[in-house]
Amino acid sequence: MKQFDYVRPATVAEAVAAVAQPGAVYLAAGTNLLDLMKGGVSRPDRLVDVTHLDGLDQIERLADGSVRIGALVSNADLAHDADFAKSCPAVAEALLSGASAQLRNAATVGGNLLQRTRCAYFYDTASRCNKREAGSGCDARDGENRTHAVLGWSESCIATNPSDFCVPLLALDAIVEIEGKSGRREITLDALHRLPGNTPERDSALEPGDLIVAVRLPPAARGFAAHSRYLKVRERTSYAFAVVSAAAALRIENGKIAEARLALGGVAAKPWRARAAEGVLKGVTPTADAFQEAAWRALTDARPSGDNAFKIELARRIVVRALTLAAAGTPARIAALPASPFASTSGAIHV
Amino acid sequence: MSELNLTSTPAHLRHGSSIGQPLTRRDGLLKVKGQATYAADNHPPGMLFAVMAVSSIAHGRVTSLDVAAAKHYPGVVDVMTPDHKPPLAIDPEIKTNPFVFRMEVLQSNEVRYANQPIAVVIAETLEAATEGAVLLAPRYETLPALVGLDAGESYVPPVVGVGNPTENHRGDVEAGLAAAEKQIDAIYETPPQYHNAMEPHAIVASWDGDNLQIDMPTQGLMLSLARVAELFGIAHDKIHIRSPFLGGGFGSKGLMAGPPVLGIMAARLVGKPVKLVLRREQMYGPVGHRAPTRQRLRIGADGEGRLTALDHHARTVSSTFDDFYEPAADASHTLYAAPAIRTSHDAVRVNTGTPLFMRAPGEATGSIALESAIDEMAWACGIDPLAFRLKNYAEVEPITGKPFSSKALRACYEQGAARFGWSKRSLQPRQMRDDAGLLVGWGMGTATFPALMFQAEARAVLRRDGFGAMEIGAHDMGQGAWTALAQIAADAVGLDIDRVEFKAGTSDLPDAGIAGGSAHTATAGAAIHSAGAAVIAKLADLATNDDRSPLFGAGNAGVIARDGRLIRRDDESRSESYAEILARAGVAEVEARGTGAPNPAAMEEYAMHAHGAVFAEVKVDPELGQVRVTRMVGAFAAGRVVNPRMVQSQLFGGMIWGMSFALHEEAITDRRSGRIMNANLGEYHIPVNADVPPLDVITVEEHDPHVNALGIKGVGEIGITGSAGAVANAVWHATGVRVRRFPIKIEELLTQR
Repeated sequence: MKQFDYVRPATVAEAVAAVAQPGAVYLAAGTNLLDLMKGGVSRPDRLVDVTHLDGLDQIERLADGSVRIGALVSNADLAHDADFAKSCPAVAEALLSGASAQLRNAATVGGNLLQRTRCAYFYDTASRCNKREAGSGCDARDGENRTHAVLGWSESCIATNPSDFCVPLLALDAIVEIEGKSGRREITLDALHRLPGNTPERDSALEPGDLIVAVRLPPAARGFAAHSRYLKVRERTSYAFAVVSAAAALRIENGKIAEARLALGGVAAKPWRARAAEGVLKGVTPTADAFQEAAWRALTDARPSGDNAFKIELARRIVVRALTLAAAGTPARIAALPASPFASTSGAIHV
Repeated sequence: MSELNLTSTPAHLRHGSSIGQPLTRRDGLLKVKGQATYAADNHPPGMLFAVMAVSSIAHGRVTSLDVAAAKHYPGVVDVMTPDHKPPLAIDPEIKTNPFVFRMEVLQSNEVRYANQPIAVVIAETLEAATEGAVLLAPRYETLPALVGLDAGESYVPPVVGVGNPTENHRGDVEAGLAAAEKQIDAIYETPPQYHNAMEPHAIVASWDGDNLQIDMPTQGLMLSLARVAELFGIAHDKIHIRSPFLGGGFGSKGLMAGPPVLGIMAARLVGKPVKLVLRREQMYGPVGHRAPTRQRLRIGADGEGRLTALDHHARTVSSTFDDFYEPAADASHTLYAAPAIRTSHDAVRVNTGTPLFMRAPGEATGSIALESAIDEMAWACGIDPLAFRLKNYAEVEPITGKPFSSKALRACYEQGAARFGWSKRSLQPRQMRDDAGLLVGWGMGTATFPALMFQAEARAVLRRDGFGAMEIGAHDMGQGAWTALAQIAADAVGLDIDRVEFKAGTSDLPDAGIAGGSAHTATAGAAIHSAGAAVIAKLADLATNDDRSPLFGAGNAGVIARDGRLIRRDDESRSESYAEILARAGVAEVEARGTGAPNPAAMEEYAMHAHGAVFAEVKVDPELGQVRVTRMVGAFAAGRVVNPRMVQSQLFGGMIWGMSFALHEEAITDRRSGRIMNANLGEYHIPVNADVPPLDVITVEEHDPHVNALGIKGVGEIGITGSAGAVANAVWHATGVRVRRFPIKIEELLTQR
């Protein structure tokens, strides 16, 4: 494989400095990057290993009620943190529905936010891909694209963001803390991921050198804990990316939805917040009709990018189901098959 | 005809208690401790690493390779290309026998399929060789790729499978269809699938002058050796292949493919040992796969639900340069008693590597279509699918009219159905739900696989120290052959299993044929059985001809070999240990050889097949379309069970494979480029643990005096057949939606609410 420099800075400032040269990238657990390197999709000159940086592996409860998750907290540690799982159950459920136990033990919060699309044409270096190589074209557009985007896509790119974790994070208005050349700043998770437009080569709003150091869930997130679910339809029971997923969170007061949050996964180049659908639900009684209406609104702008019209109908149905499940109340324990339509199957013993 | 001699009137009896015991794998500890040496674990001194560069186009030619850039990279030793390679003794395009397939070993710059090897970089490290292969930056002249079942003009291949006729008839199908009260006419499609053995194809090759040492996983030691010998023009005895362990083969390691030949060529080129291991994505091309099929089934039945005709046509593909045809329609030859049967095949050529045997070739693809169609026919007749199958139970093989050598399928149906609780099934689909509101469906399928025999030889030795040895170049693909064959060996020589040194897995041992066709235990077992008989006969001669032996004069009566002693058959008080006999005779050991082979007379007279019945329960989310298998019961009758634990494990594996066939596996081929877009285990879905439900395997007692001396039919592949159809039929029963394109996808099930 291509030779590269490997450096292991001791502080965040050193890391930001170490990555400030062309061809340098951050390496956390590498569960995505190393595969990309093996496949020749990513050919960095320098890996800046951030896994030894101090202070990025904490889950903190801040005075204002926020939860601050260090970028190096592993998916597994976060999902199994009892207090976190209690305050943000849909996030824990999403984490446990992703990848395999081995990958969850390694993968980090910061890395998950930046995982690349799973579009086969992005991974296949013999194919044209505007995301991999700006301006080269998109072979997915007329190719094998039954799992591609139905929202927010462009003629340049129809790839989807594969993250489970980001979907409930987005629904709960997560904030991303970033350390960069000009110091620390923060942006919403919604602003982190970009739609492709004419520049699909840029996945995110990060500038060169930027390092995600933490993700923060605002105090309001806890208000949804009693009615939060993540639902993920996939092509096998575990260890598969979502065909479509949804996170639904409701704040129910006196039998009415005081506030609804809804986000979709697997439908666009970014996790997709369905604000119009949320608006439909505000102040109404949680009924099947209301959820149908919300689902319809959530997918109003959807259109197939290829052989994937079914994903629009599937997304509607997932929205209805996720809202229904959320309205029924967060289960006391996360099911043995987290986020699965088969979560309730008795006798299930697998995760 | 009468039973085979070996079981009815052997000269000497041998008694043991190993066959039938559920021993654990004898190599299990080595494997769990990481001490089993697989091919790629061998690192002879001075070994270099070879990495293949493979074509990214499916059709055309390579116009340039930047060899200089690759060679300039630190650690790269040499780059093997069509212009720079050691010569072969014969053109690899020549098919010297029916088991030789054409391979791409840098004989030209032509590209015939994606992932075809186009160069090999040899370096001091794997990393350097890998980067060298990237730096070759090949350029191509690209021609349009032929992709899919409609890629071009279809033709009727001369044969399908291994020499099977392309078409078969019995009775008048059109008349049968015309006379039918109910008919179905349905088209089923199955996708390309890849073997995906856990262990990738690998070779470590070392030349010492004209002597060649090879470490390589193979299901066919002697076939591989013969191919290497002819390609490199060296004598068989100059070649030594070691293949003690395989991490799965499933047919893809049966015959010599191009990549290991490239490893041998690379070692020749650089004059040092070379290791070449395929990357996962490189296994999607040069090492075989299961071709896609499109199968049309037309079935007729009378008012009573009895079949009047069965017409099964299969379209498949082969490569543009060689011939292997998935014999899918042949699945309709043996199971259902239609008075008129026709099976036929046609094919188109596409730009892929040549398809090959993949676990239950033809049987698996044909079975899912046939079992789906029979289910559809049963529904059309308003009859329970099991009752329908029983109504059409074949008492003789339908296509030939031959009696079966044995057929305990009725017992399989009965025992499987009872265990599953089939009698509670609703006839109508979409009637059952669980507490959570999920749709529940029950489906079944009949399993069948021919009981084949190839040819094998074994060598048995009895030693003066009271120990014995059995030598046979047999193959353990992970299925437990080492254990099952050692059990047969122990009984064959009348010794405890721990007193028999069982040697297998190298090419200097007697030829065990090929581990394929579910015939390895039967074939190698028969050779072991007869070698044991021969060596006991020699030992008995030593004793019965020696007046100092208590067995003197027992030649006519015969002896029983049991637990290391020969015992007079008509007087068990007279016996002598093997050690005593050999010591008195003054010989260190006696040895003898035996063979296993098909019995042409029995084959002429009987149809020989294993059978089974598989029952599956699925749950389907009624709105979201996701499917999960929740229960499977398989009852199989496959002759004698040598090791119940291994057999159960093989059948489990087959049933999981069948479920995978119905719901998961598919190589997604780009319709324009012919490239496979999911050539990795993340995206080429096979079941994970969470997909595998509680499985229940019943092995039904079956005595078959005709198949071979030991009555073994083989269990390696039958588990897939029946299972795939059972799952597909269960999905229909759950949803009312008949999906005829496999694997069954979510979108197919979103049609109803």
